[in-house]
Amino acid sequence: MDKPEVAIELYVLLSAILFILGAMGVLLRRNAILIFMSVELMLNAANLALAAFARQWGNVDGHLMVFFVMTVAASEVAVGLALIVAIFRTKQSIDIDDLHMFKD
Amino acid sequence: MENFYDLVPLVVIIPLIGMVINLFFGKRLGEQGVGLVAVGASAGAFVVAVILWIALVNTDYEAGAVNMPLLGSWIEVPSAGVNIPWQFRVDTLSVTMMLVVTGVGSLIHLYAVGYMHGDERFPRFFVYLNLFLAFMLILVTGNNFLMMFVGWEGVGLCSFLLIGFWFDKAKGVGWRNSDAARKAFIVNRVGDFGLILGVLLTFWTFGTLDYYHPGEEPLPAHHEAEAAEEEQEAPVYEAEQAEEAEAHATTEGPLGVFNQAAVWLEEGGHKVDFGTISIDFEAMLTVITLLFLLGATGKSAQIPLFIWLPDAMAGPTPVSALIHAATMVTAGVYMMVRSNVLYHASDETSFVVAVIGATTAIMAGFIALGQWDIKKVLAYSTVSQLGFMVAAVGVGAYAAAMFHLVTHAFFKALLFLGSGSVIHGVEHGHHHVMHAHGHGHEEEESEEEFDPQDMRNMGGLRHRMPFTYWTYLLGTLALSGIIPFAGFWSKDEILVDSLKAGLDENRLEGYIAFGLLLTAAGFTAFYMWRQVSMVFYGKARTEAAEHAPESGRLMVWPLIILGFFSVVAGLMNVPSGFPVLGSIFGEHRFTSWLEESVVYAHAANFQWLLATIAVLIAVGAIFFARSIYNDRVLANLQRDPLEANPGTSRIFALANAKLYWDETYFRYIVYPFQRAAHWLADTLDWNFWHNWVHEKLIYRNFNRATQVLTQPVDKGIVDRFFNSIAYVTRWAAGRARHIQTGYVRTYAFSVLFGALLIMFIILFPVIRDLLGL
Repeated sequence: MDKPEVAIELYVLLSAILFILGAMGVLLRRNAILIFMSVELMLNAANLALAAFARQWGNVDGHLMVFFVMTVAASEVAVGLALIVAIFRTKQSIDIDDLHMFKD
Repeated sequence: MENFYDLVPLVVIIPLIGMVINLFFGKRLGEQGVGLVAVGASAGAFVVAVILWIALVNTDYEAGAVNMPLLGSWIEVPSAGVNIPWQFRVDTLSVTMMLVVTGVGSLIHLYAVGYMHGDERFPRFFVYLNLFLAFMLILVTGNNFLMMFVGWEGVGLCSFLLIGFWFDKAKGVGWRNSDAARKAFIVNRVGDFGLILGVLLTFWTFGTLDYYHPGEEPLPAHHEAEAAEEEQEAPVYEAEQAEEAEAHATTEGPLGVFNQAAVWLEEGGHKVDFGTISIDFEAMLTVITLLFLLGATGKSAQIPLFIWLPDAMAGPTPVSALIHAATMVTAGVYMMVRSNVLYHASDETSFVVAVIGATTAIMAGFIALGQWDIKKVLAYSTVSQLGFMVAAVGVGAYAAAMFHLVTHAFFKALLFLGSGSVIHGVEHGHHHVMHAHGHGHEEEESEEEFDPQDMRNMGGLRHRMPFTYWTYLLGTLALSGIIPFAGFWSKDEILVDSLKAGLDENRLEGYIAFGLLLTAAGFTAFYMWRQVSMVFYGKARTEAAEHAPESGRLMVWPLIILGFFSVVAGLMNVPSGFPVLGSIFGEHRFTSWLEESVVYAHAANFQWLLATIAVLIAVGAIFFARSIYNDRVLANLQRDPLEANPGTSRIFALANAKLYWDETYFRYIVYPFQRAAHWLADTLDWNFWHNWVHEKLIYRNFNRATQVLTQPVDKGIVDRFFNSIAYVTRWAAGRARHIQTGYVRTYAFSVLFGALLIMFIILFPVIRDLLGL
């Protein structure tokens, strides 16, 4: 194991940056697909943090968690994309600012 | 032979079967079928009655009690000791009544088939008639007072139905027919109320309603006069009686009403308890018998309740004959004869009974003098003859009363059927005349005016209707009491007995009854001959009478048979001391037959002088009547000669107005009653109770109270409270809804913010440590 040890702080920092980027994307973007991608980014930021801490503490629980998140994310993508397609078919748009039927 | 007693339920069941058949299949059977069923049912009952008669003679007159199959114990309350069986009694008295009811009834049924021919309600008539027979037979065959009461009410119902049979006819005998029916029913109700009270008191006093329990023999009569005369013998006699009574008590258990009464009278001093009050048994008997008498005055048309009977003539003539002359109206007499033990014991009641009977006899006889309607004369005559029977009960001549009942049934039924035949003939004559002249529209007018029952429209029918005339003559002679017709024997016996009651027993009512009845007998002969003269003698006064045809065979044959019995029926009770006939037909056959069941029946000797006087009075009255209503008067009869004569015109007016009985009752009973009812309805019920109590006191105050509760309380307090809650909620919700923008971004931000907040809260201690706070 003579690979240089990367400090845990760097991992966490990267993860935080990614998460903030994702959150900003969700809040600021209006295209549903982009929002969706930002959500994926946040998930992966969380995954990175999990994997990093797992490695730091030598505990596989974190790794396990990452796999769970990835499988759930995969199925979420399937459902989410299907929803977006369905929304596009009815509204001819995926701009989320147009989607406020419940309010009216 | 006693097994034949078991047939007695049939005497009731057969007419009931006839009734049921006609009720359900009457329309389909047609007139002949209905007539056959009805007459057959009546005749069947008569055959049973004859069998019972033969059985009774062959068993030495031993009385029997037979339970109705399926209905043996009718009313039974073991805890209260009430046991009233549905039980028939076969003894000489009930068999006599059965024979009269079914025998005369059958003949009248037969006659009615002819009389009612062509009536639109032909089957219904015979349904009623058979129902009447069934009830009448229950009345006379029952072995307790309650069965008698059932029959009593039942015949009253049938009487009502049959008087109002032509209820749709506008005008009957002065009244509307339905009014006459109601009058009969209501007046009878007064009497029936007395009867049921008497029955209840009887039950209270004796604890049973049975005349005699099965197997019980009537105790022999206790003759007070004899006992008083032979004082030495009296104790022995009484001891014997007591012994016998004791034997009965031990062997037979509790005694029936009459024997119990006899025993208690013998012992003396028995008391009847009513809670805290106790009344002498003798006084109790007086009360009971007076209440029974009230019932009898209703059913048997005596003063003061006779007023329904003349109006009852609105019914078809066979009904008048069967119900209102021969059978139903004699129920009161039957009941008093049945209770002779009780009546004999009460001197006060006997006095009242005799006076009422005799007064009724003379009063009704007087009214009959002034009537124009052929049936009304007969109706008042019936009232008068019933008065004879009731007076006979009053003076203690129970056998004579029954004897007169039987002979009267024959000749009064005959007279009514004869009058029916006359009316029938005159009606047909009228139709014939109308048809021949073809008056067109005038026809209807005169149809209403012409009264086929008015004797002024008759005359000379002797030649047109020979059979009716001759049989009517027989009935008239019998009713007038001319020897040797039936009425002579029975009326003579009543007169002898009442005189004897006065002379031998020194009873005032005997003299009163004798005097009044002898006069009434003269009236009887007079008004009957007046009627015969007007109807049959002289010349026809209307075209209708001129063309009146003789009635058909079905109507004439019953007349002939009844005519035969009107002549010979008296011979069944020839008094002792009468030459020749006594040895041929036997003396006092009927009285000794009755003695088997009527304890105080006794025979009277023949009195030559009295009989001669009575017959002379009757014959004199007949000749007197004929001299007044001679051919010259009859030729143009618009006013009665008595009316035309200034000396007698007021008397005639009095008789013609029926002594103002109806008017008096209307004035002193009906109108005050109506006024009281109106007052109660208008003032008490409407003004006071409805307007004041309900409207003002309750309704208005209630309204006021509810007004208070709704306006200030409910709307002001309760509603406002809940409304303000709703208002606040709505206001808050209106504010809160602005949070929901509908933009996904907002929600996402909220999520993020929430997550950050939670994180901050979790991490707060760490941050605090980090910052060194």
